[in-house]
Amino acid sequence: MATIATGALEVGDSAPAREFGPITRTAIVRYAGASGDFNPLHHDDEFAAVAGFPAVFSIGMLQGGYLATFVTDWLGVDGLRRYAMRFREQVWLGDVLTCTGTIAAVEIDDSGEETIEVELACDRQTGAPAVTATATYVRPADSGRS
Amino acid sequence: MFEVPIEPGKVREFALAVEAPTERHYGPDAVVTPTFLTTAGLAWEPAEEQAVLDFDLTRTLHGSEEYEFPAGPPRAGQTLSVTTRVEKQFERPGERGGRLRFAVVAREFRDAAGDLVAVQRSTAIELGDVPGKES
Repeated sequence: MATIATGALEVGDSAPAREFGPITRTAIVRYAGASGDFNPLHHDDEFAAVAGFPAVFSIGMLQGGYLATFVTDWLGVDGLRRYAMRFREQVWLGDVLTCTGTIAAVEIDDSGEETIEVELACDRQTGAPAVTATATYVRPADSGRS
Repeated sequence: MFEVPIEPGKVREFALAVEAPTERHYGPDAVVTPTFLTTAGLAWEPAEEQAVLDFDLTRTLHGSEEYEFPAGPPRAGQTLSVTTRVEKQFERPGERGGRLRFAVVAREFRDAAGDLVAVQRSTAIELGDVPGKES
């Protein structure tokens, strides 16, 4: 599997939207174990209630991780130089998340190396963004683009 | 400074949790997924190295998080050295009065050669105490 995207990449290019979820308690617990985030807000109903929340809610970095999976499936891993997330809204059990991404900028330097900026969003089924992110990729001059 | 082993099994477990294909995150050329290094602060950072914030944790949110990789996400199977610091703190007025306080915790990850492999910046936001509200 190619780890550096090949082919022409232009401003406005996008990947097909991809869904994650519905978010289950199991998915949250699985991510909690994998990441080491055992904040009870995300898995303990009583704790969440005492803290004033209607229910447990997902870990923001889980949605952030899904969005990272979306962009690395599209553009690979090795070329990634920066991945920056903003957490906008909480994600709740049963939510279905839709990830989208668009190439926002492509710059080529004197050596022909491309720097590609990608705008990403992970939206809840309500249409509201749960996480937005930007990813910066670099590609050497000989990446097969036309 | 503390050490974080980038364990192949853990990299794979994390990839599965974020639904990334394990083919590129397990095996001889395995690399971490973009957000894997969040495990450093959560699972490896000793108490004495943790950034000290005087935030009220009952009204503190995770606002943003970023990872920089000067040479791409690091490979599994190595041990990285990590230093943690509060990079900046600032505040601004909240929309409903009170103030929002921001703190950016930065972790620098270096490999055995001392090269900077990654920088994580994690921003916490303490929501404002609205004047007149019982805390």
